[in-house]
Amino acid sequence: MKRIVFLLPILLVVVMGGFLLWGLNPERNPNEIPSVLIAQPIPEFSLEPVEGLETPGLNAAVLREMDEVVVVNVFASWCVPCRAEHAVLTRMVREDGVRLMGINYKDKPADAVKWLDNLGNPYERIGSDLNGRAGIEWGISGVPETFIIGADGTVLYRYVGPVVGEAAESKFLIALAQARAEQGEGE
Amino acid sequence: MTPEIGQFALALALVLALIQSVLPMLGAVRNNSLWMQSATATAIGQCLFLAIAFAALMRSFIVSDFTVVNVVQNSNSLQPLLFKIAGTWGSHEGSLLLWVLILAVFGLGVALFGSNIPAALRARTLSVQAWISVGFVSFMLLTSNPFERVFPPPADGTDLNPLLQDIGLALHPPLLYFGYVGFSIVFSFAVAALIEGRVDAAWARWVRPWTLAAWMSLTAGIALGSWWAYYELGWGGWWFWDPVENVSFMPWLLGTALLHSAIVTEKRGAFKSWTILLAILTFSLSLLGTFIVRSGLLTSVHAFAVDPERGLYILGLLALSIGGSLALFAWRAPEMERGGIFAPISREAGLLLNNLLLAVATGTVLFGTLYPLFYEAMTDDKISVGPPFFNAGFIPIMLPLVFLMGLGPFLSWKRADLRGLVQRLGAIAVISALASLAVWYLTTGGPALAVLALALAFWLFLATLREWAGRIKLFSAPFSESRRRARNLPRAAHGMTLAHAGLAIGMMGFIGSTAWKTEEIVFVTPGTTVAIAGFDVRFDGTERVSGPNYVADRGALVVTRDGEPVTTLYPERRFYPVAQSTTTESAIRSTIAGDLYASLATPASEEVANGAWTLRILYEPLVLFIWLGAVMLVLGGAMSLSDRRLRIGAPKRKAAIAMQVEPAE
Repeated sequence: MKRIVFLLPILLVVVMGGFLLWGLNPERNPNEIPSVLIAQPIPEFSLEPVEGLETPGLNAAVLREMDEVVVVNVFASWCVPCRAEHAVLTRMVREDGVRLMGINYKDKPADAVKWLDNLGNPYERIGSDLNGRAGIEWGISGVPETFIIGADGTVLYRYVGPVVGEAAESKFLIALAQARAEQGEGE
Repeated sequence: MTPEIGQFALALALVLALIQSVLPMLGAVRNNSLWMQSATATAIGQCLFLAIAFAALMRSFIVSDFTVVNVVQNSNSLQPLLFKIAGTWGSHEGSLLLWVLILAVFGLGVALFGSNIPAALRARTLSVQAWISVGFVSFMLLTSNPFERVFPPPADGTDLNPLLQDIGLALHPPLLYFGYVGFSIVFSFAVAALIEGRVDAAWARWVRPWTLAAWMSLTAGIALGSWWAYYELGWGGWWFWDPVENVSFMPWLLGTALLHSAIVTEKRGAFKSWTILLAILTFSLSLLGTFIVRSGLLTSVHAFAVDPERGLYILGLLALSIGGSLALFAWRAPEMERGGIFAPISREAGLLLNNLLLAVATGTVLFGTLYPLFYEAMTDDKISVGPPFFNAGFIPIMLPLVFLMGLGPFLSWKRADLRGLVQRLGAIAVISALASLAVWYLTTGGPALAVLALALAFWLFLATLREWAGRIKLFSAPFSESRRRARNLPRAAHGMTLAHAGLAIGMMGFIGSTAWKTEEIVFVTPGTTVAIAGFDVRFDGTERVSGPNYVADRGALVVTRDGEPVTTLYPERRFYPVAQSTTTESAIRSTIAGDLYASLATPASEEVANGAWTLRILYEPLVLFIWLGAVMLVLGGAMSLSDRRLRIGAPKRKAAIAMQVEPAE
């Protein structure tokens, strides 16, 4: 019995070593977060408008009927990178004709209203996801996250983190251009 | 030519390490003192050749020798000299060279200063140290050669990562490695003792100074890294539970447990196999850290370039060293005789509880750090484990530990008097509770956990001082008597007081800056005023300034309080054209009460307003206490290390008898 106690450390270490060995698989990239949603229809969700804001709410049915490539951005007033991203998204709406939808994630409506008053509101529709339920449906890992949705209502692209900086912006705009081109062929 | 000398020296060091890994061990088995003695020479030689290799690499950096790939990738001719030097250990290869150099330095330390250690144990320890050395030097020569040349050489280098171009981070890796790798010698001692099959009080006494030295450096290294993150990353936080932070923190936690369990082994001959296990595991966690940082296993902000082949090699080394030592442990440790018995309320029991709590805390951090990997392996999904997990798992373990820390030093060995303890410490418990309630009242609220934690910090601080005052009979005896007692008190006791009080002070900093922090993130144009924590901060616009290898926008913030000028802060946003990246240089006004912290983020979108910036201003109470506490921990360790008992080892019995005889002559 006593012997077994002394064997415990090495047994634990062997199990851990197995996991570490598995983790070294060169195919695996821990920085890449795949989305189960890609090429899938958008998840079912329905969100009320943000209280105190005139912008209408957002739900799956509305997104499906857009007949155009749209961008869905998950944001919150408490999220600092969102602030930086806001300027980029605003510019995209203005210059690239992006139709921008927002999911206001786990945010106090009053804070969100203040934030949008302060920075401007580039969103066409904003759904208020108070309890984070829609966030779960969309499978987000944090805010901000940005999705590109095809005209037929399928998720074409997902960007995790703020779309800020040259590399991120060009990556995103290329994905957007591709999405638009594919939709163009379809028509 | 210099890089070739470096590479040649590295190869020679490997040869010496190979000899040292076999000959002294065989000598110990055959009782051949000449073979055992050879370890001294090979340890000196190994350290010398690695130092030559390191100096060769450093010279390549100093003279900006762009025929060396490593210099090209991590330096630039415009960089200030200090950061050229720091570039030596800024890369995977260079830092690994530093790693093996420190490994050899600790081997050298035992070779030179270990004359009081029995020859066989010393020979075995140095052999085990050489095994590690063989593993890592061959790893360098085979997969990560820092001296690789490039032809044709480029005109200039691509710059050291600008985030690392900072005095705090220039010094952080050497200190951290000194701690990390320092535990290797403790590991070698443990393995040597297992091979020998004998662990006694003397063994613990030989091990303790090395543990202390490593622990001190690790403390300083972690604190320096945390300080760097605080002022350089521009987020105002000092700890993020990032995997790379965690892997340096785990050896610290377990090393702290080892420091304490070694005391029990030394004084009471108990906890032998536990102390051995801690010695093995502490260094194993250091190795795990080395592996995680260099294999790209987990997502982290400061991991090195990823290469699965290197990862596999290190994992093999890990399997050999950790697996081998623990197998040896499972085989030999059960035969070790048990130490003295003790009552449930005694210093032994207190230290046992201390060790359990520290081990559980280490396990929690380890689990949280590796959980994303486990989860992905089992379910193929990815998750991240963030501060909420660590705060929820770690803090509830630490609070009872802090309570125990106040109590522990009062406990006597074998059996302690509970009633006397309550009498002596009751008043301190009441004062601590009242003081934290007063803080709670004055700051008009705050999280309940913060109030409890603060009460415990007061408790620890006061109880530590009370214990020290009791020992030197402060106030209860004439001052001259107290002074005499203070002088006669072992330095280790002063060291403990300093370190424990340091932790209490650090805790106040952790609590104050977390629970009572205020933060404003605003858009500012010249003339905008922001009010925070009683200060008024006026933004006066930015100006363009240029440094040696960067250009910066420097903002000017005039700080006033009730109309009285306080200071002007100059946060910067630096752009490094060669590396094509931007860093923030926050501006901080530090006082003992708290830090006023300002950093500039990117300019706001052009349309909101011209010349507008995102300004982040924080007021963090008591942050200074964190660094002060860390300094006290290190000084406490240093004081304990200078204790006569550790400095000259066990008093020699013969000499003592001779002394007694002398007066009679």
